[in-house]
Amino acid sequence: MSVKTDYRDDTLTAWLQGDIDHYSAAAMREAIDKAAEGCLPKKLILDFSGVSFMDSSGVGLVMGRYRLISSMGGALTVTGASPRIRAMMKMAGLDLLGAV
Amino acid sequence: MKPQNETTIILQSRSCNESYARAAAAAFFAQLDPTVEELCDIRTAVSEAVTNAIVHGYQEGLGPVRITARIYEGRRIAITVKDQGCGIPDIQKAMEPLFTTSPDGERSGLGFSVMQSFMDSVKVRSAPGKGTTVRMERQLQGKEFHE
Repeated sequence: MSVKTDYRDDTLTAWLQGDIDHYSAAAMREAIDKAAEGCLPKKLILDFSGVSFMDSSGVGLVMGRYRLISSMGGALTVTGASPRIRAMMKMAGLDLLGAV
Repeated sequence: MKPQNETTIILQSRSCNESYARAAAAAFFAQLDPTVEELCDIRTAVSEAVTNAIVHGYQEGLGPVRITARIYEGRRIAITVKDQGCGIPDIQKAMEPLFTTSPDGERSGLGFSVMQSFMDSVKVRSAPGKGTTVRMERQLQGKEFHE
């Protein structure tokens, strides 16, 4: 499990890798929040192309980051998610928020 | 009905054990040569049930989480995840999509919904102070469907 972040052109991109469960989500959350609070991006991209497994903890991770970036006046986008991961996010209505 | 094969593991309710729990369940059911999709469904459902036991049952305290995996005739499987935690006062409410008691707002409240999506049936037995038992069942495809 790891997160790499990059900030450019008002956009913070976080590449998530490995399994996302309750245990690993905590460290991912901390890394993304630290980076976002340091640069106050207008857009946060969560790239799931390196995620091999995700349970609903990953949905909570996205929901929490959606709230964070919204409080900063920014927008969140999820990219690279597998059909299975996208389906779980849709169960939480994240597609209705325009994030997925 | 008597299972053809079964195994039980008991884990301490530490979050770092979630990955071992789902890997152990997947390894046990691999003897049935399930599809990749079926194995992924099982791993996800087990992960949800074990996380519920850790986060809600023991509320991040420590206690045993007992996972029993069973194989029945006709490629029918069952997984039981049992804790001795605080129990659920209102099971129906707890199983509603997006319902969560998590104070930090980082839980999606989708645990039971995901279990129900990926397994054929999910039954919950619980009472305040008496722990929770979640039993999930799934009919795996016949081998002819994925050979």
